[in-house]
Amino acid sequence: MRRVSTSRKIFIVLNTVFLVFMALICVLPLVNLFAISLSGKAAANSGAVTFWPVDFTTMAYQKTFQNANFLRSIMIAVARTILGTLLSMFVIVTAGYALSKDFRGRTPLMWFFVFTMLFSGGLIPSYLVNSALGLKNNFWVYIIPGAFSCYNLILIMNFFKSIPKALEEAALVDGANFFQILWKIFLPLSKAGLATVALFIMVGNWNEWFTGILYMSDTKNYPLASFLQVIVVQGNQQDLALDPTSAAAMSERTIKAAQVFIGALPILLVYPFLQKHFAKGIVMGAVKE
Amino acid sequence: MGKKKGTTKKGWKQEIAHNWPLYVMILPSFILAVIFCYIPMGGLVMAFQDYKPWLGISGSQFVGMDQFKQIFMFKESYQAIINTLIIAVAKIIFGLIVPIVMALLLNEVKNVGLKKGIQTLVYLPHFLSWITVAGMLRDILGLDGIVNAFLQKLGMDPIFFLGEAGMFRQIVVLSDLWKGFGFGMIVYLAAISNIDQSLYEAAEMDGANRWQQTLHITIPSIMPMIIVMATLSLGNVLNAGFDQIFNLYSPLTYSTGDIIDTYVYRQSLVNGQYSFGTAVGLFKSGVGLLLTAIAYKLAYKFAGYRIF
Repeated sequence: MRRVSTSRKIFIVLNTVFLVFMALICVLPLVNLFAISLSGKAAANSGAVTFWPVDFTTMAYQKTFQNANFLRSIMIAVARTILGTLLSMFVIVTAGYALSKDFRGRTPLMWFFVFTMLFSGGLIPSYLVNSALGLKNNFWVYIIPGAFSCYNLILIMNFFKSIPKALEEAALVDGANFFQILWKIFLPLSKAGLATVALFIMVGNWNEWFTGILYMSDTKNYPLASFLQVIVVQGNQQDLALDPTSAAAMSERTIKAAQVFIGALPILLVYPFLQKHFAKGIVMGAVKE
Repeated sequence: MGKKKGTTKKGWKQEIAHNWPLYVMILPSFILAVIFCYIPMGGLVMAFQDYKPWLGISGSQFVGMDQFKQIFMFKESYQAIINTLIIAVAKIIFGLIVPIVMALLLNEVKNVGLKKGIQTLVYLPHFLSWITVAGMLRDILGLDGIVNAFLQKLGMDPIFFLGEAGMFRQIVVLSDLWKGFGFGMIVYLAAISNIDQSLYEAAEMDGANRWQQTLHITIPSIMPMIIVMATLSLGNVLNAGFDQIFNLYSPLTYSTGDIIDTYVYRQSLVNGQYSFGTAVGLFKSGVGLLLTAIAYKLAYKFAGYRIF
C-alpha cells in the first residue's frame, strides 16, 4: 500500500458503511421482535416499539412458561431433536464411512442413494406410505422417515475420504476390522466435521414444522415449531391463554413475539459453535479431491 | 457387469468375505431409502388413477393421462405453475448475483475484526426457520408493524402488505434474499481466499488499481464456482419455497403467490383430490429431475463438478 488515492478512500468508507448496514438489516428484525416481547401492551399495539423495549415487562414470558401446551411442545421438540440427530448421525456415518472405501458395487449403490436427491414420490405417496406404516399420530414420524439424507451422507463421505489411506492400511495390517477403524481412527479424526453436520441436523430437526401439522391430529403432540406455526399463521387465541387480568398487561402481539423468540433462541445459542466450523465444513464437503 | 460370469461369482465370494462389514454399514441407509424414498415413488401410479382412499392403489380405477390434462385446463393449477416459475426464477437470479457482489465487496474490507463481525451477522438468518421469519415478517409488515409506523410518520396511509397480491412476490423474493444471501457468499469467499496472492502483487507492480484487479483477477478466478452455482440452481426452477410461502400467503394473495407445492397440499390433503395432487406433484418432480440432470451435466462439462 504505497499511495491510497482519494477515490479509493471514499470507496472504502462507503463500502464499509454499506456492509455494516446490510449486516444490521440481517439482525434488526430479531432485535425488534425481542423488544416487542419485552414491551407493555399499549406500546406494542401502537407500533411504538423499535429496537428497545418500551414499558419494560417480562409478563409475556411469564405467561408463556405457565402455558402447559407450550412447555409440552418444547419437550417434544427437544426429544425429537436429540433422537433424530442421534439416529441420523448413526445411519449416515456408518454408510458414509463404507462408501468412502472402494469396493465392488459402490458405484451402483452411490447412484441408488443419489437418485433420492434427484427425484421423489412427493407429498401424497409419502403421506400414504407413512400412514400405512402406522406413523400417523406416532412420535416416531418425527424421527425415522427423515433420518436418511443423501446430502449429509455425501458430506460425511467426503470428510472420510480426506483422511490419509495409510492410517487405515496400517490398522488393517494390525488386525483391526472396519468397525474398529471407524470408531477408533475415523471418528476422532473428523470430530469437527461431524460436529458441524450434527449441528446442521439438529437445527433442521428443531426448525421442522410440517410433519407435526401433517401427521398429528391432536395439537398436543406438536413439537414447538408446529405449535408456533399455528400461532404465527392462524393466530390461535386459545393457546395464548389470555385471562382478563393478564390481558390488561400484555397483548396477543407481545406473547406471540415472546413465543417466536423462544423458538429461535436455541438456534441463537448454538450459532457461535456452528459458525466456527460450518464455513470450513461446507467448503471441505462440497469441493473435494 | 456380468461379462465373465465365472470370475464374477468367485470375485463376489472373496469380496463379501473381506468387505462384508461395509455392506452391513450401508444397510440402515439402504433400508430407509427403500422405505421412505423408493416405495413412495412406486405410489406415483396414483397419478394415473382415480384414487379413492377406501379402494387403495390396487383397487382404484386407472384413468391414463386424464389428471395431467387437467393440470393445464384448470385456471388455478395453471396459475400456480406460472407463479412458481416467476418466483423461483427471480429467487435464482437474485440469489446468484447478490452473494457474488457482496462477497466481492466484503473482500475489500481489510480490517479482520470488522470482516468477521459482518460475516457473523449476515450468515445468521439462514439458520432461522421460516416460522420464525414468517412470525417476524407478519409483525413487521402488519398494520401496527414497524414499517407502517414509519410510513404513518411520513404522513402516508398504512398498507396491509401481506394482503396485497401485487406485492406478494416481491416480499417473497426479498425475504428469501434476506435469509440466504449471507450464506450464499460462503462459497465465493472461500474461492477468493484460495486465489494466489502473487497475482495481485504482480498486477500492482504493473500499475493495476483495485477495480482492475477485481475485474481481471478476482472475477475470473471465481468463475468456475460461479458457473457451478449457476448451473446447479437450474434444478430449482420449480422450487419456489413451500415453507416460506405456506407461512406467508393467504386467499388474498393466491392469485400471485400460490405455487405448485402449496396448491398440491390444498388440493390433495385439504380437498381430498389425491390423484390430481399427485399428478401435479409428479409433473413437478419429473421436470425437476430433467433440469437437475441437465444442470449436473453442464456443471461437469464447464467446471468439472461431480456429485460424488
